[in-house]
Amino acid sequence: MKPEVEEIWRWLDAVPDPEIPVISVVDLGIVRDVAWQGETLEVAVTPTYSGCPATTVISLDIETALRDRGVKDLRIRTQISPPWTSEWLSDKGRARLLECGIAPPRAAGGPEHCPRCRSTDVVRVSQFGSTPCKAHWRCKDCLEPFDYFKCI
Amino acid sequence: MERDAAYFEFLCRMGDNALVLGHRVSEWCGMGPVLEEDIALANIALDLIGQTQMWLGLAGEVEGKGRSADDLAMLRDVWDFRNLLLVEQPNGDFGQTMMRQFLFDAWHLAMLRGLEQSSEPRVAEIAAKAVKEITYHVERSADTVIGLGDGTTESHARMQNALDLLWPYVGEMFAADAVDEMMAAEGIAPDLAALRQGYDGEVARVMKAATLSIPESGFAHKGGKSGFQHSEHLGHMLTQMQWLQRAYPGAAW
Repeated sequence: MKPEVEEIWRWLDAVPDPEIPVISVVDLGIVRDVAWQGETLEVAVTPTYSGCPATTVISLDIETALRDRGVKDLRIRTQISPPWTSEWLSDKGRARLLECGIAPPRAAGGPEHCPRCRSTDVVRVSQFGSTPCKAHWRCKDCLEPFDYFKCI
Repeated sequence: MERDAAYFEFLCRMGDNALVLGHRVSEWCGMGPVLEEDIALANIALDLIGQTQMWLGLAGEVEGKGRSADDLAMLRDVWDFRNLLLVEQPNGDFGQTMMRQFLFDAWHLAMLRGLEQSSEPRVAEIAAKAVKEITYHVERSADTVIGLGDGTTESHARMQNALDLLWPYVGEMFAADAVDEMMAAEGIAPDLAALRQGYDGEVARVMKAATLSIPESGFAHKGGKSGFQHSEHLGHMLTQMQWLQRAYPGAAW
């Protein structure tokens, strides 16, 4: 029996992002489509950044999770259009990022406040950070550095 | 020249620019002047290598001889590379690396914006993905050129030297040959000459803020994108970049 697509989305929402494991691949907005093509389950995945080294790991993690649930006939399709945007992060994902000390992306181009002490007196250290999707910021009140999820 | 042959050449040009510059920038990994710059350079290199995979992957499909992006990157020799001479130039000091980056980024962004309108949907898709990343790159490379140019006496002098050294490589980006003309006629790529005015305006803006003088000579070194005559530096770079696949064919991990 083929599991329902809604059920599969729930399974995928339990697959953590390998570099930011506090959010799922669904929270990240990179799972673009889940559909049965006859007897084959097709999952469309879009990369966040074109060179993100986590992309192949993510595809492997999705495949492993679905096979563990008994999906035998599976195809993962890489879809680059429309290009991924940080607007596709779920509200749940944004809240989880903040809880874990990563400032979520904002259209204004910078973090709303320090994820630790909530001070708005923050400064950018570098446009780039520990992964392609993050930049490096610092709080001028509690003096702690923190990651900011870039807005693209 | 047939359309598909020109199309393949064009895709190799886009892919090889990203590949060669990506490799050059990655040479800084572990050697950046400060940790933040080291990480930034590695991230930029990563974006470029990711874009390479898309361009050369498509090139391999268009060619139809079963060559993958990896085959094209690792198993072609220097005369088959189609990158601009600018991107193969050595890193020099950090300022020279950032000057090369800005001069290329400004052209790359204009080119990719044109390619977003390509009559080939696959080209438009890759461009739409890459344009987001390159917009971010040029913001940083422009800021760094300004910061160092309008910096200390020493940093200013080094940036002026870098601009004097690299300026003769700018012209090749806009010099259309038969491949470029066919791409423009087919609506696959923008007319290169039409990109020049916007580029000159952007470079003039940044160099003014950086207190640097753009050389007056319009002399342009050519021969990179046609593969006619690369500078000696590319071959040296390839011996390092391709060494593992040459020594251990098919090695994977």
